[in-house]
Amino acid sequence: MNRPDPDPADRRIYRHRLPVRVMHWINVVCMTILLMSGLQIFNAHPALYWGRDSEFTRPWLSMNVRQREGRPTGVTTVAGRSYDTDGVLGRSQVNGQPAARGFPAWATIPGPQWLAMGRRWHFFFAWIFVANGAAYLLYTIFSGHLRRDLLPTGWELRHIGSSLRDHFLLRHPTGEAARRYNVLQNIAYLLVVFVLVPLLVIAGMGMSPTLNSVFPGWVDWLGGRQSARSIHFIVAMAVLAFVLIHLFEVIVNGVWNELRSMITGYYRLPRSREGEGR
Amino acid sequence: MKRTPGRRRLLQRSFAAGASLLLSACDRLTLNQPFSDLMKNAQWLSRAAQDRLAGPHALAQEFSPAEIREPFRPNGTLMPAGAAYQALLADGFAHWRLRVDGLVRTPLDLSLTQLRAMPRRTQITRHDCVEGWSCIGQWSGVQLARVLAQAQPMPRARYVVFHCADQMEEGDPGSLYYESIDLDDAFHPQTLLAFELNGRALPVENGAPLRLRVERQLGYKHAKYVMRVELVESFAQLHGGQGGYWEDQGYEWYAGI
Repeated sequence: MNRPDPDPADRRIYRHRLPVRVMHWINVVCMTILLMSGLQIFNAHPALYWGRDSEFTRPWLSMNVRQREGRPTGVTTVAGRSYDTDGVLGRSQVNGQPAARGFPAWATIPGPQWLAMGRRWHFFFAWIFVANGAAYLLYTIFSGHLRRDLLPTGWELRHIGSSLRDHFLLRHPTGEAARRYNVLQNIAYLLVVFVLVPLLVIAGMGMSPTLNSVFPGWVDWLGGRQSARSIHFIVAMAVLAFVLIHLFEVIVNGVWNELRSMITGYYRLPRSREGEGR
Repeated sequence: MKRTPGRRRLLQRSFAAGASLLLSACDRLTLNQPFSDLMKNAQWLSRAAQDRLAGPHALAQEFSPAEIREPFRPNGTLMPAGAAYQALLADGFAHWRLRVDGLVRTPLDLSLTQLRAMPRRTQITRHDCVEGWSCIGQWSGVQLARVLAQAQPMPRARYVVFHCADQMEEGDPGSLYYESIDLDDAFHPQTLLAFELNGRALPVENGAPLRLRVERQLGYKHAKYVMRVELVESFAQLHGGQGGYWEDQGYEWYAGI
């Protein structure tokens, strides 16, 4: 990664400090494992409900096998509407054999249906994820990272429209403007760190029968235990969507430069657009 | 920075290779005993943290009669196999006795009539299955604490083991269901030996004649078809040594999460 820089000094900046880089990669490992082991756990009962318990005849989301035109077919039902998702959701191949399962083997840890092991992965890495997340929150607040890098300025917020347009046109900040996170980036990070992930963790805790007893009834703030399970799932999908957009932005902004900056800390500011001759 | 088609292909390939490497690595790690045991030990951290937050006396949420969901969803064994259970069932469990023994000063043999004559507790609680679903039902029975008070556990006793009538694999006596809980849960006011569900005698599919309710833990802890309550210092010598049928299959002993 440390190739000789053809155009040194002024364009290379130290962008990500060591604690942020370390915590970022711990987070990558945890979130990947938590998502995939979570889908394994979901598969033990691939249906979601609203309320305190399960109204088994009325899940708002379910994945199962039904007979369609005389053949077993994987079907996903969302809010009463059924979709043929054979091969991916409801029914997919496990070691070459078709099997009734919610999410396919390539999306779960372990691959085959094995709830006990899915739970081991999930809870072990949940502890690391929470510890890492708590360390990140403390660091981000006390090091000034939050104020300096994550909170958008008033000027940035007022010009959010042009940032939106730039994102859709895949035009990215260059030169000095690339020193800072842009405003949409700020909002996305703040939303994930301070809203989505805390909600994800709290909804996860809402499924624990012992934690339910800490203040009996607190899980009703989330709508009840089955609502907590649904919220946990939906927010996990929202975080997955964030990750996919994040990866997309990394790719269109220059994978090597972005990857290097999250490994070594050094980021090369893109040349300003005039010089690029598009 | 411009991307060439070669770079893009390299990138795509490295993503695909990375993904399949991750999957097979995780599956191999799952089968790696030391790593798998390490992950399993997270349960003790969860138990310590939850004990600290909830304490031994916190009560599980109770619900109103309007929230009872019928029929109560059964799981696991629905009808224990074998002549012994069938004979007990045939005369309405008149000859069934609950044996209470192990590290107790006064071993007991209790009939269903005797249990029904004891002060009872009725509670409407939510049953949370490890699979993810929940079902609200009304349970009536004797608090386990009352039965234990009669039997007088010895100071060495640390766990209460429930031996059940159902074999999880037909014809394999080694697969008898069993479970164990610690004394905090055993003396918890909502921990019942339940003989009624939703105001009627406990149905066979839900564990007749007697099942455990241990409301702050997942469903597999709630042993059905309980025949014998044994107080022990350690469950390491019982069956697979992990303290329960599902625990022997790899599930955590601590089922509060």
